[in-house]
Amino acid sequence: MSRDIEINVEHVTRVEGHGNIVLNVKKGRIEKIEWQVSEAPRFFEAMLRGRNYDELRPVTSRICGICSIAHSIASLKATEDALGVRITEQTGILRRLAINAENMQSHILHVGYLALPDIFDVGSVFPLVKTKHKDTLLKIVELHRLANWMSDLICGRTTHPIRLIIGGFSSFPTEKQLLELRNKLKKGLGTIQEIAEIIHGVSDKLPVFKRETEYIALSSKEEYALYDGDIVSTDAGRYSNYKDYEKIANEYFVPHSTAFFCKNKRDSYMVGALARFNLNSKQLSPAGKELARLFGLKSINCNPFMNNVAQVVEFAHNLEDSINLVDRLVEKGVKDEKPVEFKIKKGRGVGLVEAPRGLLIHDYTLDDKGKCVKANCVIPTNQNHGNIQKDLEAFVPEILDRSEDEIRLNLEMLVRAYDPCISCSTHYLDVEFV
Amino acid sequence: MKPRVAFFDFSSCEGCQLQIANLEEEILDLIEIVDVVSFREVMTEHSDEYDIAIVEGSIMRPMDEQRLRKIRSKCKLLVALGACATIGGVNKIRNQWPVEKVIKEVYDDEDIRDNEFFNVQPTKALNEVVPVDYYIHGCPINRDEFKHVITSLALGKKPEIPSYPVCVECKKNENVCLFELGQFCLGPITRAGCGAICPTNGSPCDGCRGILSKPDVECVMELLQRYDLTYEEMKSRCTIYNTGVFNPKDGMTLVRRGKK
Repeated sequence: MSRDIEINVEHVTRVEGHGNIVLNVKKGRIEKIEWQVSEAPRFFEAMLRGRNYDELRPVTSRICGICSIAHSIASLKATEDALGVRITEQTGILRRLAINAENMQSHILHVGYLALPDIFDVGSVFPLVKTKHKDTLLKIVELHRLANWMSDLICGRTTHPIRLIIGGFSSFPTEKQLLELRNKLKKGLGTIQEIAEIIHGVSDKLPVFKRETEYIALSSKEEYALYDGDIVSTDAGRYSNYKDYEKIANEYFVPHSTAFFCKNKRDSYMVGALARFNLNSKQLSPAGKELARLFGLKSINCNPFMNNVAQVVEFAHNLEDSINLVDRLVEKGVKDEKPVEFKIKKGRGVGLVEAPRGLLIHDYTLDDKGKCVKANCVIPTNQNHGNIQKDLEAFVPEILDRSEDEIRLNLEMLVRAYDPCISCSTHYLDVEFV
Repeated sequence: MKPRVAFFDFSSCEGCQLQIANLEEEILDLIEIVDVVSFREVMTEHSDEYDIAIVEGSIMRPMDEQRLRKIRSKCKLLVALGACATIGGVNKIRNQWPVEKVIKEVYDDEDIRDNEFFNVQPTKALNEVVPVDYYIHGCPINRDEFKHVITSLALGKKPEIPSYPVCVECKKNENVCLFELGQFCLGPITRAGCGAICPTNGSPCDGCRGILSKPDVECVMELLQRYDLTYEEMKSRCTIYNTGVFNPKDGMTLVRRGKK
């Protein structure tokens, strides 16, 4: 077909932050495909300059509203690594609960509120209230509320956690609250199963598209890695030194984006739920594995649209994993632990964690007064921008014979599948302060 | 007719708009009293006809100023949502340094001349660009306060926002004062309305709701003296959310006024 197509989606809707998709086709020939990041740069690097070690967590939490818990934990891990602080077992369990809560909140927000309207052929979830899908919507709201309630309980607030501090927690849930949480998590397992079946019923609307790429995530012998682990790549295997992250996230500048793009072994790589599934699916809980089976999701899956499904699978895993964590806490009894004591000293520390959208790294250097003299944050969406671009380039030729509206919808769906967190990604930090 | 509401965002983490999604079932009550006609983060539908614009984020570039002016020209009421919009918040931290230096640090020698995406100026709160009618403070906003403001506006009433310090709410929660526990808290000079959520969870107030227009400076100086803290430390703490509010000159004026 030799026709002209001009698609310019300014500010893709139902994603976090501002990004544009540009496609120009002249006489059937593709002249331009561009994933543009137009978000204003936010310069978090300048914000950390000279900050006290105990202000780095509250400031970096503000990089992202959706994944503020992951940023907080990466920040604390980096600070604690620099200061030589070793956390207690109880802190480790509580932080894992916090990570699970945020992963669930973010995933259900994305799958339920942001991605699902495409499948039900509506512009947002609001019109669903007046349709036969109202029950589905209410189930999604129920799970969203559960995840947020859990963040409140563990972190003191749903967005920008309060209780997460260096060396521990500043306040604790009671045993009674934890048992209430356990009941809600149990009930949630039934609800996510129902939602998964509904999505499975319409999953033929997810485009079939495959492009081999490199997948990178944390991986651990102990557990399905979110809180801790080594960096592992489907191309390059395990990076046993955690400071090696600099070799992996090779950033490069493109003039149509205020965020840097990244690559490792190939032109691009992917992080996030699908990358984690592809690397660690054997360690999912039984409920997570069951949902993967329902969708026929197997490692290694190279369809980026299946990231939505991997998020549903992880949700079930997070629920079940949290039940086990609560049991461990309750069995030992929650102690009102004071944060671990430490002395301020100079040094460098790196904190790695899996945020909902993928591998997140904070790296700080402190001087002998505990002031930050160098900072570097590697944001998941930065690592995905290059992969989004390469996917668009591979996907467009496959759908070029469709109507312009259909092409536009498919391209938007592809971007949305990555659940990009654009405002996060516009302040790649790697600056030495002088 | 229900008032038509549109949401917009500029430089921010979008965490304040997320609080609206976090209203859960109550969103359904909300859309009973207002018509949400634009909300890019969660809906594709969009209309340029609206009565109330709710705007999150700070203003960083001429292209953003232009967009904000256009929004102002279309709405009857403009509401600033969250610290980035109401006071500039963490986005203003970088205003301590020349903008050219900040850009050079990040983009180094990349060619970004004449590229409007990168045309950055010092951070502004919304009211430094256009008139703002109402403020929903906080980082993030308090969901109950959001409901209060929207319900009031839908009924044509003026929403009430506290003008007393966070300490009032903190005392009501029967917390032990964080100064007593050796922490530095901005509660005494920060506008209340958050329910003192941070001190209640054991962490100090960082001033995200903005500094009171008339803080009790006598009391603050006494407090600093009692706990052997310096005015410099307080100013430094204020640069998390309130860069530029407590510059040395203003600070001294404030102290003198208080001691009269």
